[in-house]
Amino acid sequence: MTGMTPAIRAAKLREDFPLLSSSQEQGPLIYLDSAATTLKPRCVIDAMVRYYTEYGGSVHRGIYRIAEQATAEYENTRREVASFIGAETTDSIIFTKGTTESINLVAYAWARNTLKPGDEILITEMEHHSNIVPWQMVAKSTGALIRYLPLNSDGTLDLNRSEQYFTPHTKLVAVIHQSNVLGTVNPVKEIVKLAHDAGAVILVDGAQRVPHHSVNVTDLGADFYVFSGHKMLGPTGVGVLYGNLEILDKMEPFHGGGDMIRTVSMNASTWNALPYKFEAGTPPIAQVIGLGAAVKYLSDIGLDRIAAYETQLTAYALKTLREIPDIEIYGDARERGAVISFNAGSVHPHDLSQLLDQDGIAVRAGHHCAQPIMTRLGISATTRASFYLYNTFEEIDLLGESIRKAITFMGG
Amino acid sequence: MDNFRDLYQQLILDHNQNPRNFREILDTDLFLDGHNPLCGDRIKVFIRKEDKRISDISFTGSGCAISKASASIMTTLLKGKTIDEAKKIFEDFHKMITTGEADLEKMGKLAVLAGVHQFPARVKCAALAWHTAMSILNDKKLDIVSTET
Repeated sequence: MTGMTPAIRAAKLREDFPLLSSSQEQGPLIYLDSAATTLKPRCVIDAMVRYYTEYGGSVHRGIYRIAEQATAEYENTRREVASFIGAETTDSIIFTKGTTESINLVAYAWARNTLKPGDEILITEMEHHSNIVPWQMVAKSTGALIRYLPLNSDGTLDLNRSEQYFTPHTKLVAVIHQSNVLGTVNPVKEIVKLAHDAGAVILVDGAQRVPHHSVNVTDLGADFYVFSGHKMLGPTGVGVLYGNLEILDKMEPFHGGGDMIRTVSMNASTWNALPYKFEAGTPPIAQVIGLGAAVKYLSDIGLDRIAAYETQLTAYALKTLREIPDIEIYGDARERGAVISFNAGSVHPHDLSQLLDQDGIAVRAGHHCAQPIMTRLGISATTRASFYLYNTFEEIDLLGESIRKAITFMGG
Repeated sequence: MDNFRDLYQQLILDHNQNPRNFREILDTDLFLDGHNPLCGDRIKVFIRKEDKRISDISFTGSGCAISKASASIMTTLLKGKTIDEAKKIFEDFHKMITTGEADLEKMGKLAVLAGVHQFPARVKCAALAWHTAMSILNDKKLDIVSTET
């Protein structure tokens, strides 16, 4: 792969994605909503079809060939994921149905059993609803309090008065690694240290980071790190919870059922070993295997190459958008991911995205499941364009042209 | 209608840029917030009733062109109508934007919103002000009307 320019590589990669070559009503699909969900390469789709057509047995149960193969592929993905995020052992990798379930697992199985009235949960003003609402539910049931780390006007976290927020009362810190609205990449390693110095446990929401940048959970040192398969070229319905073994070991199970038990008697049960203690019932086997194919695809290309290409795409998109009169861009962090939220003059994001759709351009409009940021910015919605390895500079040119056309059409 | 640009007819663009009755009514206690949590749109509808007639109706707030134009046209149509007449207009309008079935001549200015039914994601935009107004007229004791209930 060395020696190829990034643009040529993206053009080549696009052949791997069936949706990019399918014919849409408005012509080719210009997909700029990868922060919501990513397109899937053929190898991911094929891996799942192969499971269903060639060895679709259940895992951890059958003493027959296809069940054994299913178990082997399922557990192989656990090893691939562990290695992909730098986890030291597969026991710390729990498959869930997504980031939201991973966070809820920690909220139910750890926070609800641990937090006391007056304990503090520290989150930030840039969290996704999935990293706010579960903690509000925990606060309601335990009497714990939620505090918010504030934002600076450039969309970075204000850590200047950290001693006011990381206190002996802080028992849990939950922070997004990379903002799905502002693109801001948070200094997670620094925040992990602040949390641990205060004696708190820390959960990091990596849903927007793991697909785009290499992550090493051992180096970061977070107690919990969560992400989703479908935002990293994998299928929907599967996600990952990485957890600190000591904490996971002490935790009670989240869901009760098959596979998570060691023994069951009429009156009581004992729990299976990690990670199975947290994987009750028949898991999403095809999806886990699909995630394994996605991890392999991303690893083969290399996360460093992907990150470097996205940095160029994002810089080009920022430049393109800033040349359009009356564009306001939200978030100006020095270290940022491939996501840009903006408003175009007085054109409402819903109108803008509907008009862009007429040119085959898919962007997101709304509050992006992050209403506290919208409140902080004093707006009700934005339009958001987000990029991934299959996007091209030409697509960004088309985005710019289409926005200009929409502004003119709507009369400013 | 294949092209959404066709929906943004001149009348809608005009009502979006110059919304009619875009003001508060101070001497009434009949007002209600309408909220579409999916997109963050918020409008507030004010009504003054005299006997069984809407003597004045207005709105404030922010939203997309479809929700603002729909609210604006609504105020121009419902002003002076009896409550029963207003409810009938709403029924016809709601049927038009959800199913596309309507007597377009009878719908008058509302006919410009007939194409909304082809864009399911935008039906709630067109209906927001109307649901809010109907909640007021039906004496629903709500703090806020939400499109997600």
